[in-house]
Amino acid sequence: MLINEFLLLGAILFCIGVYGVIARKNAVMVLMSIELILNAVNLNLLAFALRNNNPDGQVFALYVIAIAAGEVGVGLGLVLLIYRNKRSIALDELSEMKG
Amino acid sequence: MFAAEALVAQNIAFGIIAAAMIFGALRVVTSKNVVHAALWLVTVLAGAAAQYLLVYAEFVAVTQVLVYIGAVMVLFLFGVMLTRARIGNENNLNNKRSAIGIPVALLLFAAMATALIGGFKNEKLPGPGSGVDRIHIASISDSIFSPYLLPFWALSFILLVAVVGAIVLARKD
Repeated sequence: MLINEFLLLGAILFCIGVYGVIARKNAVMVLMSIELILNAVNLNLLAFALRNNNPDGQVFALYVIAIAAGEVGVGLGLVLLIYRNKRSIALDELSEMKG
Repeated sequence: MFAAEALVAQNIAFGIIAAAMIFGALRVVTSKNVVHAALWLVTVLAGAAAQYLLVYAEFVAVTQVLVYIGAVMVLFLFGVMLTRARIGNENNLNNKRSAIGIPVALLLFAAMATALIGGFKNEKLPGPGSGVDRIHIASISDSIFSPYLLPFWALSFILLVAVVGAIVLARKD
């Protein structure tokens, strides 16, 4: 196995996630795209853990998974609150901060 | 001989899973149906767990299945349900100028691919039969509970704050 196979797969997933964050309007869909990005990062961490034969990469991957779980919990709580106040979760309608 | 066959099997498995993951990821960001996008995300996450097995990270793979496919996906589906997304196709999931994301993603990928291919060229991962000791789960726990104990505590605190925060945010008062 080439290390580049894993790293390029991670890069592809990362770019698809970035496209999703830019293109999507629905807040839940943006959170899903962020999950894609975090998974791409995890793939890289684990490939490097194997390459350097060092468990630190796997430890960081576990931390990333835990942080992602917390992020989704708070993120969906925020989305729910926005929905309750505005009856919509379209991100381009949240423009109160525009002067 | 056995090692060489295992290597071929590994490469075939990687190719199939990678293709499924990329297709699933593309469907996640292009699907017009929120629930379908969530279910395609399951494909990508399960494929990622399988890839983790291919790089000998069994514990992370099991955690991925438990946390992502078990918990995070349920959260997502609850989020979809509570924000009353329409069941069925929806036409205004994308921004008006969503096409700008395509060149951004392609440029980003071109930059990363150039760097990776130039940097690692044909470097191989230690495969089966290479004589390198695998990372054992015991060494992961040793790492978590001795050099990375402080981040572990911080992480526990963050999860506690996230739980309390999510309840406070979502509660009707």
